[in-house]
Amino acid sequence: MSKTKMELIADKIVKRFGHFLVLKNVSFKVGSGSSIAITGPNGSGKTTLVKILCNLMAPTRGQVIYQNNHKTIEREHIFRFIGLVGPYLQLYQELSARENIDFFARMRNLKNYSSRVAQLMEVFNLTGREKDAVKTYSSGMQQRLKYVCALLHEPEVLFVDEPRSNLDQKGIAAVYHILQEQKKDKILVISTNDQEDLALADQIIKVGTA
Amino acid sequence: MRQIWLVFLKDVQQEFKTRYAINAILLFAIVTLSAVSFSIGTYTATARILAALFWVILFFSSMSGLSHIFIREEETHTADTLKLVARPANIYLGKFLFNLILLILLEIILIPLFIAVMNFQIVNYQIFLSTMFIGNFGLAGGGTMVAAIISKASTKGALFTVLAFPILLPVLVSGISATRKAAESAKLMDVQNELQALFAYGVIIIVASILLFDFVWNE
Repeated sequence: MSKTKMELIADKIVKRFGHFLVLKNVSFKVGSGSSIAITGPNGSGKTTLVKILCNLMAPTRGQVIYQNNHKTIEREHIFRFIGLVGPYLQLYQELSARENIDFFARMRNLKNYSSRVAQLMEVFNLTGREKDAVKTYSSGMQQRLKYVCALLHEPEVLFVDEPRSNLDQKGIAAVYHILQEQKKDKILVISTNDQEDLALADQIIKVGTA
Repeated sequence: MRQIWLVFLKDVQQEFKTRYAINAILLFAIVTLSAVSFSIGTYTATARILAALFWVILFFSSMSGLSHIFIREEETHTADTLKLVARPANIYLGKFLFNLILLILLEIILIPLFIAVMNFQIVNYQIFLSTMFIGNFGLAGGGTMVAAIISKASTKGALFTVLAFPILLPVLVSGISATRKAAESAKLMDVQNELQALFAYGVIIIVASILLFDFVWNE
């Protein structure tokens, strides 16, 4: 069990692109051991909301608060606690899988992570392909490698945008196992329109009704 | 510090595999130097003209490669991936370090070639090398920040040089003046103003970039 008690709070988030209002007063609270799904039609702002929650995009109004044992985490330290997998996040194509993994692990100041890498590569069926350049991977393999990179540091909050994207049945099964484990004692945030994915969530936020 | 070094090493790894920036910058320098050399012919240019030509070649050659460091992140959609794991200031400094090394590599090739081809005689190497060393910080610092700004625009290539020129003008003016004096047997004291201007500009542009980079990178 994770000893950390995390909370993710979205407080009246508004996002405008010019005159176009994408998100209007989105608020929710999710804590360790629970999960939330963001759903809505295409173009409704699901990805925008995920990006705002991950600190990749600034909201027009409102704020995102991360709390660790009731203590607010400073914006510049949030990256230590979160992991994100999404179709718009790309890995470095010229580098090998191992070079990508090493880069992300070292950037997160991880030490002795080799056994964790071996375990994740096994789970996602990528063992033996570590030295190959990412550009030689199929889109499904790249998606699985994104999960490996996002899970290396055992994030307290895992964001998954379109969990099934590009994955075959084996890949989906591996991802589902990971997501089930994540929501046991950490926070899981899924952005999806798939009914099976929505069943994983304790709360559902509908966007696109602005 | 560790993140700065890791961003730098990652960019070096990528550059070794693609050789895009180094090829662009060196080929541009050699082609421009050849064009200038042929157009001048046997005419013996003064130190003032040669110093200006040297900095023009250096400026435009560096413009052909310095922007690549951020454009690559945007075009390959890895900018968000990098944002997820690094503090903005560390990203700027890592990329600044890469561009600084790229500029030094360019100068290692360009300076001997320019001296040989253009018959440029430097009398005071102390002044010349100090000018190049201090000037590099301003060029790389300003160039890296402008690269981050234009990487989100649709007309990246053209915009980079147009936007970088007014920002880097103080480096060009001071650099040309100090280089001319290095070829005219001046003493180190005679270029004090130019070196101070280059140093001050370098410090200001790097500090301002670190402070403002968060807004550029996250918008």
